[in-house]
Amino acid sequence: METRVISGKTIEIDTDGNLADHTVWDENIALELAKELGIDELTDGHKKVIHYLRDEYKSSGEIPTMRKIGKKSGVDMKELYKLFPDGPLKKAAKISGLPKPKSCV
Amino acid sequence: MKKLVILGAGTAGTIMANKLAPLLNRDEWSITIVDQFETHYYQPGFLFIPFGIYTCRDVKKSKRDFLPNGVEVVMSVIERVEPEKNRVILSNNAILSYDFLIIATGSKITTNETEGLTGKLWQKNVFDFYTVEGACHMADYFKHWNGGKLVINIAEMPIKCPVAPLEFVFLADSYFTERGMRDKVDIHYVTPLSGAFTKPKASEILGNMLEKKNIRLTPDYSIERVDNEEKKIISYDDNEIDFDVLVTVPTNIGDEYVERSDLGDELNFIPTDNHTLRSKDHENIFVLGDATDLPSSKAGSVAHFEADILTENFIDAIDNRELRAKFDGHANCFIESGFGKGILIDFNYDTEPLPGKFPLPGIGPFSLLEETRMNHYGKVMFRWIYWNMLLRGLELPIESNMTLAGKKL
Repeated sequence: METRVISGKTIEIDTDGNLADHTVWDENIALELAKELGIDELTDGHKKVIHYLRDEYKSSGEIPTMRKIGKKSGVDMKELYKLFPDGPLKKAAKISGLPKPKSCV
Repeated sequence: MKKLVILGAGTAGTIMANKLAPLLNRDEWSITIVDQFETHYYQPGFLFIPFGIYTCRDVKKSKRDFLPNGVEVVMSVIERVEPEKNRVILSNNAILSYDFLIIATGSKITTNETEGLTGKLWQKNVFDFYTVEGACHMADYFKHWNGGKLVINIAEMPIKCPVAPLEFVFLADSYFTERGMRDKVDIHYVTPLSGAFTKPKASEILGNMLEKKNIRLTPDYSIERVDNEEKKIISYDDNEIDFDVLVTVPTNIGDEYVERSDLGDELNFIPTDNHTLRSKDHENIFVLGDATDLPSSKAGSVAHFEADILTENFIDAIDNRELRAKFDGHANCFIESGFGKGILIDFNYDTEPLPGKFPLPGIGPFSLLEETRMNHYGKVMFRWIYWNMLLRGLELPIESNMTLAGKKL
């Protein structure tokens, strides 16, 4: 598996460039990944979404849908698009150290 | 006497009733099926109505004509299921108790999730084709339309028959070309997906077809509202798209009783084991068809393949044995591509649609991921197969689990 250095740590990444193992994630890694995606600062809003995604992923093994995030994370849909412009779910999952969400069929 | 209750007499519920009725001993089992509507619609036919290929009359028959003798039919709205008490409450407060419950209440569109969708333009310039009413209104409108901006928008995934919106734009291209006005119609496909379709190979091939047919594609578009005054749709990130006619595929949800019974997820789809089709929360409840939360397509072919698997597993379950049959997510979809041609795709949870021949490897007669006349004839023939074989639970010459034979990797 490919590795790369993020915030001083050598970390395994998957073919989409997302972390291969979500348990090595920390907030410094999140910030560096966010900057690469054009998000310079992680506000409380960003953190709410990130922690919601990580908690959901840990308990269900799945990344919640946009709809669920909009209803349950405390950040609504409009805000989600402001926080993570151009593809909020993909970006938020990557910054949260989770795999790329599978699109529905 | 043991009781099996089936909720929903659509494609999935009707097939299950027809498969299980001959297998269960009448002295030991009663079977009851519940539905609120008398009419069975051939839903794949809705797509053809706006273009005058089918009329509204071509897609309806009576549900009861397809249900087997000896099955009690109850026509009622379902108020709720009480899984802890093993019973279903109907809208008139009648109680149906069960030993086993099969849920097949499908999915439907809801127009409440997008602001402005049912504003003053609804069924005048804004149409759906997931209801017979919407499809028929659109057919009337297209007959006299002089052209303009035709926008097709999918509100969010998952939707029933994920290829239907693509078929819609292919057929629209064909229809307006044949009427000599294609140059006056700007067709624009606006989707929340990142491309024309979900799976990489199919998405590429179908994306190329959009381009070839001069259909504009806007991917990654998440609609927030419809502006009825200015005739435009607006996304959550403020991307505005003008329309003269908007064809919407609204949010799809499971039936409301699922929410009342606290059985489903945020879209009223029921958490179901991907392989055994048993409810994740209740041992004596099985779920199939569009009502599940499976990561498979919501499509009649899926319901049909699931019915084969569930029939085996149901017999195991009533004998208290381990469930041995495993559903693999198999879907098989004819995609009308216009001008008398069609495409066929065949895939499952793990294998994306691939090129090749189907169902006989190397022979066909159908071609996978390729536009042919034979594929179109397959789709046309399918309506007869649906009413006469599929709903009746008869064997079709297609395996329930997908095969790689005949496919090019």
